[in-house]
Amino acid sequence: MNITKNTENDRMNFWEKIYLPEIARGMGLTLKQVFKPKFTRQYPEEVWNPEGSYRGRPVLVKEEGERCVACGLCSRVCPALAIEVQASETEKDKERYPVKFEINMLRCIFCGFCEEVCPEEAIVMSKDYHLVFQSQEEAILGKDKLEVPIAKLQDRLEFLRQYR
Amino acid sequence: MPNIVIDGQKIETAAGKTVIEAAYENGMQITHFCWHPELSISGNCRMCLVEIGMPKRMPDGSIQNDNEGNPVISYFPKLQIACATTIAEGMHINTKKDNVVKAQEAVMEFLLINHPLDCPICDEAGQCKLQEYGYKYSKGESRFEEEKVHAPKHQSWGPTIVFDAERCIKCSRCIRFGQEVAKQDVLTFVNRGDHVKIELFEGTQFDNPYSMNVIDICPVGALTSKDFRFKSRVWDMSFNDSICPGCARGCNIKIGVRNNEILRIEPRTNPYVNKYWMCDYGRLSQYKFVNEDRVTEPMIRWKDELIPCSWDEAYAKAEESLKKFMPEEIMFIGSGRTANEGNYILSKFAMEVIKSENIDLFSDIDESFKDDFLKVSDKKPNCRGAVEVGIIPEKNGVKVQNLHDKMRFKNIKAIYIITDQIVQFRPILDEIDDLELLIVHAYNLTSLTKKADIVFAASTYAEIEGTYVNVDKRVQHLTPALVTAENLRFMGMKMSRLDKFGASNDRWTQHKLRNTLPHWKILTKLAEQFNVKWNYKSAKDVFKEITEKIPSFAGMTYEKLDEYQGLTLGKAEQPDPKVINYESHVMKPN
Repeated sequence: MNITKNTENDRMNFWEKIYLPEIARGMGLTLKQVFKPKFTRQYPEEVWNPEGSYRGRPVLVKEEGERCVACGLCSRVCPALAIEVQASETEKDKERYPVKFEINMLRCIFCGFCEEVCPEEAIVMSKDYHLVFQSQEEAILGKDKLEVPIAKLQDRLEFLRQYR
Repeated sequence: MPNIVIDGQKIETAAGKTVIEAAYENGMQITHFCWHPELSISGNCRMCLVEIGMPKRMPDGSIQNDNEGNPVISYFPKLQIACATTIAEGMHINTKKDNVVKAQEAVMEFLLINHPLDCPICDEAGQCKLQEYGYKYSKGESRFEEEKVHAPKHQSWGPTIVFDAERCIKCSRCIRFGQEVAKQDVLTFVNRGDHVKIELFEGTQFDNPYSMNVIDICPVGALTSKDFRFKSRVWDMSFNDSICPGCARGCNIKIGVRNNEILRIEPRTNPYVNKYWMCDYGRLSQYKFVNEDRVTEPMIRWKDELIPCSWDEAYAKAEESLKKFMPEEIMFIGSGRTANEGNYILSKFAMEVIKSENIDLFSDIDESFKDDFLKVSDKKPNCRGAVEVGIIPEKNGVKVQNLHDKMRFKNIKAIYIITDQIVQFRPILDEIDDLELLIVHAYNLTSLTKKADIVFAASTYAEIEGTYVNVDKRVQHLTPALVTAENLRFMGMKMSRLDKFGASNDRWTQHKLRNTLPHWKILTKLAEQFNVKWNYKSAKDVFKEITEKIPSFAGMTYEKLDEYQGLTLGKAEQPDPKVINYESHVMKPN
């Protein structure tokens, strides 16, 4: 075992004991940083725009119609049971659509499994990270809040295509 | 009895069986789509191709052996279909050899050529035979680059079924079911090759009383239920074993539940009762009353209005009211819709606590309902069981036939009834307004419930454990599928996925748990008010007492009933032989 003994050599000398040189050295370092470029962002005035690879709040892609066919795979794969889907029948080609699609953002862990499993590329992770809720009820997002026009999701869709 | 060898395993089976039958009766699976044990053999899916060989024989007829003394097998040059090949002495069958696996993969590739693979929108996904085999016996890739054949996706076949011609793999199970089981021969193949499709004869509908069984036997999602369509994915549902309360046949069923709501009922195989089938009436009519319009808590009448109250208040009020009458002024009415446990305790309550001899039940015989297959005229599932456990008037007791008169002449002033439906007995229903006391164990807010003075909220067949006795005197066990405040702990992991793991702030758990109790529990608690203490902790304890007190039930337990799929009254020691139930495919949830 390596135990340091308090020998004469190990003890601090006079200059070390008064700390002043060390303080001066520290202040010098601080002074040097003042002239370096700044990395701090003035959030929320200054908003960060993430890359396409960023996994923010999951959203539903909205084209002319809706892409989602309510297959329920996202709900099945979700490890946190955040997604609840209720399907219903429609007259359109796809036969099936979600009459209810809810994501509980208090449960969501942003793993992106729902996006990965989706056969229709209907649910994708957006860049939205402003997630502020004032009640538990408010944190359960329905279809009205989840649907996002496809134009806003181009970065993410391109990123996904790269790795498919 | 011929001896055969399947995959090196020696098997002895009865002569005349086909290879596929011999295999499944000995717990082995041979892949197949079109074959079904209750239907004729059509042999058109080619999925059950196996290698079959016979021992080589010498010119004198003796079997040629190799150096080690084993018979030399000469295999047929081409593979044979296991569903249409009858077994013969000494037959050798290989189901896992390379050439067999290759043939299975090839057949799967052919079947998938024109299958749309729209599993995300298909109700069958998760319990689909083609999907299961796709994972197990297929390469998982297609070499087919041409356009798939397209066919109409949404064809109505009648009041209950939607047909998707694209998904169909032309196994002809539905055609054969219509011809052989349902006796409605309206389906047929038309055209040939990849244009073959199943069509209804012009101007007809597939609308027989057993039509929805084709949904279960369809190996793909070509036939889906109009009633269930898109209600839920199967993997989100729990399936618990129960008995259909639609009539006295007592078809074995599975109750599909999600979010504590029954979404569908499907048949469960029992070779001695319903085989693989059940009627559409049972499927469609026996769950809505459980989901909707329920009495969820006990109620007491207060100035022409039923006011919800606590259980203790209701018991106290019931005790106080019942004590105002002479025992012979109180009529107890059991129910053919209730399990034996509830009826037994009612009879015990009447005899031992109130000491009344007036116990009877309303039967519901409808000759027009009867047919020569499964449906029987007795529309209550458990009348025979009720009579067996003591719901029968003592010699001086009032019968339901005389009840109307007795009520009119004020001989009967109070009725304690454990069912909420006596609609077919109109005269009594009219006389009920003049009763001094009416206590009802109610499921729904029926016209009878609305007239009651005290209402106990009772659990339906889908929420209790118990036993029914069917028309053939077969005692069958039912288990709960839905959660109530009372059986929450018992249900535990038997609940559907979302129910199991839901927290109080999840939307899907927001529905209130029904505060209902099984009949036997209500009556046990009520007896406590009369200072009679019965020690029943569960339905099992009640059934144990039934088996001890009533000779025809002797020797039965819930475990034994499950093991033998029901036992006949009085014959607990001579159960029907156990058989391996044919399962069309095994990757079902639950």
